[in-house]
Amino acid sequence: MSVTEPVILATSRWRGILQWAACGGKCARSLESLLIPLGALVVSLLLFAIFVAFSGHDPWAVFGSLYVGAFGSWFSWQNSLLRASPIMLTALCTALPARVGLVVIGGEGAVVLGGLTAALAGIALNGSAPPGVVLLLMLVTGAVGGGAWLSLVGVLKHYRGVNETISSLLMNYIAIAVLNFLVFGYLKDPATLNKPSTYSVGEANMIGNIGDSSVHWGVPLALCACVALWFLMRRTTFGFSADIVGGNVRAAQVCGLSVGRVMIIVCCLGGAAAGIAGAIEVAAVHGRANASLNAGYGYAGILVAFMARHNPLAIIPVAILLGGIRASSGLLQRVHDLPDATVLVLQGIIFVVILASETLYGRIKWFNAK
Amino acid sequence: MQRRTILKGMAAAGVASSLGLIGSRAVFAAEKVRMGFIYVGPRDDYGYNQAHYQGKSAVGALDWVKAVDEENVPETIEAVKTMESMINLDGAQVLFPTSFGYFDPHILKVAPKYPQVMFLHCGGLWDASKHPKNVGSYFGYIDEPVYLSGVVAGHMSKTGKLGYIAAIPIPQVLRNINSFTMGARSVNPNCTTTVVFTGGWSNPVKEAEAANSMADQGIDVLTAHVDSPKVVIETAEKRGIFSCGYHADQSVLAPKGFLTGAEWNWSKVYLDYAELIKTKKPIPNLVRGGLKEGIVKSSPYGAVVSEKARKNADDIRAKFMSGEFVVYKGPIKDNTGKEVIPAGKSYAQTDIWLESMSWLVEGAIGSTKG
Repeated sequence: MSVTEPVILATSRWRGILQWAACGGKCARSLESLLIPLGALVVSLLLFAIFVAFSGHDPWAVFGSLYVGAFGSWFSWQNSLLRASPIMLTALCTALPARVGLVVIGGEGAVVLGGLTAALAGIALNGSAPPGVVLLLMLVTGAVGGGAWLSLVGVLKHYRGVNETISSLLMNYIAIAVLNFLVFGYLKDPATLNKPSTYSVGEANMIGNIGDSSVHWGVPLALCACVALWFLMRRTTFGFSADIVGGNVRAAQVCGLSVGRVMIIVCCLGGAAAGIAGAIEVAAVHGRANASLNAGYGYAGILVAFMARHNPLAIIPVAILLGGIRASSGLLQRVHDLPDATVLVLQGIIFVVILASETLYGRIKWFNAK
Repeated sequence: MQRRTILKGMAAAGVASSLGLIGSRAVFAAEKVRMGFIYVGPRDDYGYNQAHYQGKSAVGALDWVKAVDEENVPETIEAVKTMESMINLDGAQVLFPTSFGYFDPHILKVAPKYPQVMFLHCGGLWDASKHPKNVGSYFGYIDEPVYLSGVVAGHMSKTGKLGYIAAIPIPQVLRNINSFTMGARSVNPNCTTTVVFTGGWSNPVKEAEAANSMADQGIDVLTAHVDSPKVVIETAEKRGIFSCGYHADQSVLAPKGFLTGAEWNWSKVYLDYAELIKTKKPIPNLVRGGLKEGIVKSSPYGAVVSEKARKNADDIRAKFMSGEFVVYKGPIKDNTGKEVIPAGKSYAQTDIWLESMSWLVEGAIGSTKG
């Protein structure tokens, strides 16, 4: 018996207890994928504290305001959730294609197109169908619009070998141009002189708020989408085949999987999620389609997808965290006279540290020991 | 585990300190007039947002005013949340959401919920028959100083070719382009204004491209109507041509070629509002005015501007101040040769007809189709 043995025994007992506490002693992996991002978050906050201190402010007070602004009250929670919900959906737009190994950054275009098609459906049906039906059809057409738009990325990739990152990025600009063209032309409501917009979809057809809160029903819809797509990608044969395509295309072909079909479906699903985000913007916030659809939600979603390691379920807390950080920006500006860029610095630090922490997976012995 | 305890402690300490801060602020500020300002872009953009920030700083300097502000707030649900946050957390009595797109639907959605708060929007949209009583609008006839910029440009241009880089073809923008062109043509009837629409309010890359391409075409005076004319003015200076500013004073960006510019004078407007609130007088729902009312002004002439040009512009300014100068006086043709204002007909600045302008005046090269 060597001298170190009792120490090993002791640590392994602790590990055993922790693992048991987490999930019945069966999933050191899950513990790893929980503790590494949390650790990265703590490190990012420390780095941010140093940044704040150097800019001449008290990091404790700033953290306090961050917390109050993001999660300190029911008002702040609503604020954070409302900001998080479009980002959850656009994050899915990057996270799903990532499972088949595609880096798609076309969420912005899918939001715009989804919002536009939803508005079209709303304008066409306004008054001629019951409000609930109009709303449902708006959401469906939004999903179809965004989904069809991004399936093009999958088609171009599979049949023409076009790099999906470039094509999806460029398609964002096309989508925005299409929106502007229609909003300034055929679909323009002449009453919207100085902010050209489409005709209204009708107040009655819009998504309402939950109870007397200011949170609209789009928020639970976004949560459901994350859970449903997590189930699809992690618990069904389709999700498994997507993982195989992402792992090794050749192997997938040998298994007899239709690689192109899987790729296109996954791109379409991602686009549909972002399209719903656009539809919700129209149906819950603006009531019409206009340039405000192009508000950067698509790009924020890319950040969230990478931070969540492309896991649809992990997107929920990450998006809420990011929504909270954005929500607290106002308080940082008003209480501490910090510029808006402060929260961008925090977002940036978290993003870099979390990406850097990816290299730690499988390297910390503590999680791997049998 | 220790890490977690530290985190908890951190959060608790932060919350306690900032709650204390907000609490004490509310008590101290009880006697003060509390105003909240919201900008769509950065405070230091040398443009639209900076002009409002300067106005906010002027009222903020008064010891009986507490002014808070927030920058980079998009025209989405985030604008709603920022307004509510200023009301709930800062106790704002009056809000100035300064971007045009904040009005419909965001201000119209929030205002009925907070009848004790006044919502004053920059853009002149308030309509007594449609909008809540606690909402108001303020705006200025900025095409008056733009006309004066045109006069100076007409004197200084050697080629007679002027360039206007504008965001989108909406009435406000077209009115400025037309006034500038008519100002220049009042001096040199052969002057033309080449118009380029960039398609968005903040599109620095396209603005720089347009500025360079105009310089290549022999255009020797540039001006802009975008949120931040910074890029256009700097590019003009780099290319060795003249420039006229817009929104705020940009003379420092082009010490050699800056001629003059059209500026907002929001300090005056905001100080007037603060005084009304302090003395508990009713706040008018509509505030409008031009040079005479002091809501707009010209930037100081650049050193390069000739004596003759200054004299001419100053004479016209005096006529604006006395109210005898009318810009839109027939006969006026549009740039397709159609007569839009017949001889003998004239429209005073206050005339609402001018606010639905959809044409470019003779001498402007470009199309309202964008």
